[in-house]
Amino acid sequence: MTEEITLEPVVSAAQLGKTYTDGAGQVVALSGVSLRVNPGEFVAVCGPSGCGKSTLLLILGLLLKADEGVVELSGNDSSLMASSRQAAFRAENLGFVFQDFNLVPYLSVLDNVLVPTLAKPIENASGRAEALLEEMGLAHRQGHLPSELSAGERQRTALVRALLLRPKLILADEPTGNLDRDNADAVLSHLSNYTESGGAVVMATHDHEAMKRAGKRVHLDKGVQVESD
Amino acid sequence: MNTASLVTREILHRRWSFVFGTLAVMVSVFCLLGSLAVLESFDRSTENELTEMNAETERILKGHEDEIRKAMKGLGFNIHIYPEEQDLSEIYSKGYGKETMPESYVKKLADSDIVTVNHLLPRLTQMVEWPEGEATVLLFGVRGEEPIAFRGPQRKGELIDPVAAGEIALGYELHHRRNISAGDVIGFRGSEFKVARVHQRRGGIDDITAWVSLSAVQEMLGKPGRINSILALECNCESLDRLGEVTSEIRSILPNTQIIEVESKALARAQARNGAKSLRLREKEKFLEGRENLRQVRAGFANVLVLLVSLLSLVFITYLTASNVRERIHEVGTLCAIGIGFNRVLQVILSRAVLMGALGVIVSLPVLALSVDLFLEADLFDLIGFDFYGWMILVISVPLMSGAAAWLPAFFGARSAPAEILRND
Repeated sequence: MTEEITLEPVVSAAQLGKTYTDGAGQVVALSGVSLRVNPGEFVAVCGPSGCGKSTLLLILGLLLKADEGVVELSGNDSSLMASSRQAAFRAENLGFVFQDFNLVPYLSVLDNVLVPTLAKPIENASGRAEALLEEMGLAHRQGHLPSELSAGERQRTALVRALLLRPKLILADEPTGNLDRDNADAVLSHLSNYTESGGAVVMATHDHEAMKRAGKRVHLDKGVQVESD
Repeated sequence: MNTASLVTREILHRRWSFVFGTLAVMVSVFCLLGSLAVLESFDRSTENELTEMNAETERILKGHEDEIRKAMKGLGFNIHIYPEEQDLSEIYSKGYGKETMPESYVKKLADSDIVTVNHLLPRLTQMVEWPEGEATVLLFGVRGEEPIAFRGPQRKGELIDPVAAGEIALGYELHHRRNISAGDVIGFRGSEFKVARVHQRRGGIDDITAWVSLSAVQEMLGKPGRINSILALECNCESLDRLGEVTSEIRSILPNTQIIEVESKALARAQARNGAKSLRLREKEKFLEGRENLRQVRAGFANVLVLLVSLLSLVFITYLTASNVRERIHEVGTLCAIGIGFNRVLQVILSRAVLMGALGVIVSLPVLALSVDLFLEADLFDLIGFDFYGWMILVISVPLMSGAAAWLPAFFGARSAPAEILRND
């Protein structure tokens, strides 16, 4: 008798659609996009600027509501969650990395990393933060302000912040967009390492080197899923 | 990392807008407490003036009172006794009355044990024609005083008969125009009289008065045994209600009479005293009215100022919070993405404004206390007069109002859709 083990996907999206309305009329950002991400998977969402990559990540991160389709996170239908529950869910299960880092400018590197504990306190948060900073080569920078860091250091700080609460899924929106090749490689390596430890990553990028690091790629063009591999 | 640490670091990072907001709160608190202190200080200083004014009035009145007591004791006063039915308005308008009473009243009074009167002079007066002199004359029938029996030899100096029988004294207008001199014999209403005295000009009714003995006048006017008034001289009373005292005593002997006081120096002093009193009272009323008017003007101005400054401060705090939210919009989006809920984000933004209010009011108090001490030379806490709960209400309400002013921009900031902020598309 053969026992088939079925992993519960971290995120499962089906037939997602999103249309923005502005002064110029309606813009279709996403149409009929489906995606399934299992634990340990590194998924790249690829496509040119404006193809809907960020919109897809925001919907998966419960920061934006899709007009059509269903998003399930660890088996929970996101449409059934109240906004307070969504916030708590994000704190417990999701980590974000942005192209512009979005570090709090008046907090030190260590304090920036500890910001998620405002939403979900954990034991020995400082110890874990310091260990992660050490791992990312930022131990000597933990007392510095973001303005005193290089772009690569800022992005690694943002990555440590995303990793602190051990989320099931990291959503990274163009994480290498503002980085040189070496720093981009370093960040991608850390993301790969994270998936190897069981976490899942969905990364929006138009960087071909970054796409190569992903185990699965979803290509979007004008909001439509053109291929997946 | 906790909310307090996040708020504190943010305040230190954007310290100038926090300082300006705190200053705005301080200005409001300054205006509010300062105006209360100035108004109270004004009340107290004018209250002191009023107390001094009252003390001065009391001192002046006391002086007048002592003076009048001395004057009354030394001078005595004079009264007229008239028949009860006499219309006094006739006395005041013509100088004499037509009603008469028995001359025996004088004797009755003199024979009593009256103590308030020293001399009694009966009179019969009437305006008559003097055909021989072709003039109208006020004829005065007078006689020497009726001795008061019980005083005996100790009585004060007896007044001699002012005009002897068969003699006449003439006022200035009566003798001057007719070249009559003392010692002349003149005809007066069919009788002859020797002119005993001619008077100098007195500038009044005395200048057309002729004084003749009472009995001659009674006969001349066909009113034998009648008089129309008794002049009582040098009355003495211990109490301030001297007329009441003397009236009471006289009317117990002559019930069908009425008594009026002749103007005297003592009376003038009493009137001056009353005048001074009413003048001081008027001054006091004027002062109080002026004080109240000035206070109302100041209070009105203070109310408008406090309201305006408070409103501007609140608007300024609203503006500062809106600017702060605009500056922190990516931070707010990131906090939402990380999983920090709406309430916590709102708390982080509002805490800044509440701290502005708290710091503003706490710093204001010692600074204002020092200013009041320097400029008003008073104690702020004594001037304002709040009790413990009053101060607590102030210290709590200012941060709450500051927080309320920041509410709208903080609310909209915390409610901003993170997707709009973080979207790269």
